[in-house]
Amino acid sequence: MEKFDKLTGIAAPMPLVNIDTDMIIPKVFLKTIKREGLGVNLFDEMRYDRQGNEIEDFVLNKPAYRDAQIIVAGDNFGCGSSREHAPWALLDFGIRCVISTSFADIFYNNCFKNGILPIVLPQEDVDKLMDDAERGANAVVTVDLEAQEITGPDGGKVTFDIDPFRKHCLLNGLDDIGLTLEKSASIEAFEEKAAQARPWV
Amino acid sequence: MSPKTLYDKIWDAHLAHEAEDGTCLLYIDRHLVHEVTSPQAFEGLRMAGRKVHAPDKTIAVPDHNVPTTEGRDDPSQMTEDSRIQVAALDKNAKDFGVHYYPVSDVRQGIVHIVGPEQGWTLPGMTVVCGDSHTATHGAFGALAHGIGTSEVEHVLATQTLIQKKSKNMKVEITGKLAPGVTAKDITLAVIGKTGTAGGTGHVIEYCGEAIQSLSMEGRMTVCNMAIEGGARAGLIAPDETTFEYVKGRPHAPKGAQWEAAMDWWKTLYTDEGAHFDKVVTIRGEDIAPVVTWGTSPEDVLPITEVVPDPSSFTGGKVEAAKRSIEYMGLTPGQKLSDIAIDTVFIGSCTNGRIEDLRAAAAIVKGKKIKEGMRAMVVPGSGLVRAQAEEEGLADIFKDAGFEWRLAGCSMCLAMNPDQLSEGERCASTSNRNFEGRQGYKGRTHLVSPGMAAAAAITGKLTDVREMM
Ligand code: SF4
Repeated sequence: MEKFDKLTGIAAPMPLVNIDTDMIIPKVFLKTIKREGLGVNLFDEMRYDRQGNEIEDFVLNKPAYRDAQIIVAGDNFGCGSSREHAPWALLDFGIRCVISTSFADIFYNNCFKNGILPIVLPQEDVDKLMDDAERGANAVVTVDLEAQEITGPDGGKVTFDIDPFRKHCLLNGLDDIGLTLEKSASIEAFEEKAAQARPWV
Repeated sequence: MSPKTLYDKIWDAHLAHEAEDGTCLLYIDRHLVHEVTSPQAFEGLRMAGRKVHAPDKTIAVPDHNVPTTEGRDDPSQMTEDSRIQVAALDKNAKDFGVHYYPVSDVRQGIVHIVGPEQGWTLPGMTVVCGDSHTATHGAFGALAHGIGTSEVEHVLATQTLIQKKSKNMKVEITGKLAPGVTAKDITLAVIGKTGTAGGTGHVIEYCGEAIQSLSMEGRMTVCNMAIEGGARAGLIAPDETTFEYVKGRPHAPKGAQWEAAMDWWKTLYTDEGAHFDKVVTIRGEDIAPVVTWGTSPEDVLPITEVVPDPSSFTGGKVEAAKRSIEYMGLTPGQKLSDIAIDTVFIGSCTNGRIEDLRAAAAIVKGKKIKEGMRAMVVPGSGLVRAQAEEEGLADIFKDAGFEWRLAGCSMCLAMNPDQLSEGERCASTSNRNFEGRQGYKGRTHLVSPGMAAAAAITGKLTDVREMM
């Protein structure tokens, strides 16, 4: 997993609420057995017409946002299915950070497993960043994970909360499985105990 | 000891490790696997030279992609990429030695229907699957939730999941349901009230007389859609109905082990005075048969209502409602019962069980579907299908003009050939009405099985109570 420490990039505004995982990556693209290559189909049904031509006013098709690395989104981003293809597609497109007032649980989790930083902020901060993002390529935003701070194009700063363990893993690009396997002894001890207490499992 | 909720009890019984910062390793009793979200996880194991930690607790079944038409073993019925995914699951199940129900096995079906049916899902367990509707298994008083593919790999490799504890939420449905009102209406009504983010960060325990009176099938329908309410999982305390259902299932405990299990299962309830962070109460009598009008499961109203005016909402929902209504091709103020339907889909892990088929058949019996209507019944598993055939339900559907299909997810998410075309309008017993969910630009109205059956007969959204 790629580390996440500091990111400076263009933020794309997507004020729609309840952007679900079917919008992020429609299921026709779930039939892959790989993690890569999904970026071209990110937001596919909003981004292309039936003939595969780009829809001009979709935000990521506008010249200013084609290289966006951050999305500022409406409430409850990533609701719907558990498909990790959603963060894979975001990542493959180049999005490393999503900012919203709230995220769906599974999506939120999945982001961290893929080096994407989801940031939860109060409505007024999201509104402010949404305004900044509306200004397009002139509006470069910096996200500093170590300092837990977002700097807007005018130099205004917003701080955010994040779980310390998740922060640590993102900063260092750590793989969960390796970390957990270091605790094999605890897992085995638990299994022995459980086999006695609940042998039918 | 301070009083605990059911969730607290199951959590505590599965805590394998707790780090100082509160990050926990939760031990997983059952890991269900399907073809769409697992290939990258197995590939990850291979690349790291890892094994499946507990293959005997891992159960795999292809369901999302598989065709549901006769002769589906013929590979030409599948697209190349679907074939590759199913073949990858075949191979992974074999290579890693996990339990497997291939398409040719009569026990194959939707993973969330197969698990309970085979007795893999038992009270007090932790159950995960790379699929958000894993919440279904909460009906047994099992802590069950969906996970992403990285977590699938994590569970395969370690049989644990890195977790932080969720908050406790109680949803109580008091009293009795009116005739024609089902578990599906309960679960939609709850989402209508709390919104799709109302349960975020919480595990919901459903309780109250109306919940206790439900069969296991109904309870699974309720818990299935906990995720649509944003919750991590839904739970219902196990009781005699649960034990009765579980007993004698192929993988349920037997003899002395059954007794030991029962001793523990009977302790699985929320203690008097336990703390809930959030409580929602709905009177069972107040729930009507509902339908969705928009493209979010929270866009739900009684069938007797009209399509709402977007300006009646607040905040970001105004835009979202406008977009939904346009997408759905509706007009504010239009009566929901005037909406004409092209297609009816009865199936999915929400409503693809035997009781659902019985409820639909009771409405259909002796009638014909509306001319020009496309209607299909897709049983949730091969065993549900066999039972429905034995009970004569299949003939009722076929005589009425329904297609009688083989088991799978089918038009619930339209990854197989069963899809809506652009603008096609469907009354569906599934769980998601998102844009494009059932096919590009397809329009979905979520309903109960009885309501779906009624729509198939009349050709429009219909109050099932008028046909009972
Ligand atoms: S039936 Fe639908 S919701 Fe259920 S597992 Fe299949 S695709 Fe998911």
